[in-house]
Amino acid sequence: MKIPAMKALAAAGLIALANLAPAAAGTNMRAAAKLTEAECSACHMAFPAPFLPARSWKTIMNTLDNHFGEDASLDEASRAQIEAYLTANAADTGGNRQWMLRGVGENEYILRITEMPWWVREHSHEVSQRAWARAGSKSNCLACHRSAGRGGYDDD
Amino acid sequence: MKGNFRKLALVGALAALAGWPAAAGDTSARQLIAQFAAQAHTQPSVARGKALFMGRHTGGKPETPSCTTCHTQNLRATGHTRAGKAIEPMALSANPSRFTDSAKVAKWFRRNCKSVLGRECTAGEKADILAWLSSL
Ligand code: HEC
Ligand code: HEC
Ligand code: HEC
Repeated sequence: MKIPAMKALAAAGLIALANLAPAAAGTNMRAAAKLTEAECSACHMAFPAPFLPARSWKTIMNTLDNHFGEDASLDEASRAQIEAYLTANAADTGGNRQWMLRGVGENEYILRITEMPWWVREHSHEVSQRAWARAGSKSNCLACHRSAGRGGYDDD
Repeated sequence: MKGNFRKLALVGALAALAGWPAAAGDTSARQLIAQFAAQAHTQPSVARGKALFMGRHTGGKPETPSCTTCHTQNLRATGHTRAGKAIEPMALSANPSRFTDSAKVAKWFRRNCKSVLGRECTAGEKADILAWLSSL
């Protein structure tokens, strides 16, 4: 269970590892994956599609002008492509991360990965106060998972 | 006025056909300042640009009261987003690759002015800000 998650996080092009679900009509999934990586990595790392359910991504992609306290709006063509990619590769679709949905109600719209029960569980132990302080924000995954690719977590 | 508008629309249509704005390297700070200033019929002002960029504003989102929230007061140094990611320096002298992609400049002016001011920046304000960032 844990290994696929770690692999997904470890990959340099995190998104590239998500299963490329069959293309929705009119969407070139490979191009959409690249666009997602480029546009969604400007302010934080591009979060992997399998870490949230499709309904969460859909909501995020339709509220970009008020994105966690910022305007992250896109032109409509890019927005639609990214939404198609994220919703096709989400935890409950092509991303196949059923375990990440444990404890999430079917009508619950959790918009933060860091508020998903799986994430809270994984981070409730083992993470030192110092590591949180250094990261500055829970969303700053790379502050702690930078070395995941080399098989270790830098959590002192 | 109307004639100008028509001309602009035509340029726009041609640009769309040609797939422009192209990728990085299709413009420069100098070209953009000239374009924005012409559009606004104003002279770019380094002082006005500085005041706007360094000032605190209340019209936008509470999380981002100033351009310096992310770009910091030292524009020759690295800034950081609210999620902790580094932002390369904004001063042209410290980062010559700045303001060379017209689509990128347009996208971030739109987003960041809305976040900080609660509205888009005017062409005159964009000329002022780019003039200031080019003068550092
Ligand atoms: C203009 C900057 C910016 C851009 C561009 C941006 N984001 Fe964000 N994003 C943020 C900020 C700020 C936060 C909140 C960080 C915090 O709370 O520390 C955030 C948080 C998130 C979170 C929640 C992270 C958590 O805490 O679990 C998700 C999911 C997310 N963004 C998805 C996206 C997607 C998808 C895109 C591309 C369409 C995108 N973001 C582009 C600024 C941005
Ligand atoms: C302050 C440090 C810190 C931050 C920030 C952080 N993590 Fe973690 N994370 C940890 C530690 C420590 C573990 C437990 C390591 C272990 O299980 O070996 C962990 C475990 C995980 C796991 C389970 C890994 C596995 O395979 O066992 C995943 C997935 C994960 N984190 C994803 C994220 C994501 C996504 C973010 C950003 C939204 C994030 N983390 C932010 C420190 C952090
Ligand atoms: C919430 C953080 C944040 C705030 C506040 C912010 N910016 Fe930015 N800005 C960014 C990020 C992130 C980028 C894109 C990354 C990069 O270009 O290095 C960027 C890029 C830009 C660019 C594009 C630069 C280029 O090379 O094309 C301009 C212009 C800009 N910002 C101006 C402003 C102005 C003016 C303000 C205040 C009204 C402002 N920013 C406020 C985060 C911010």
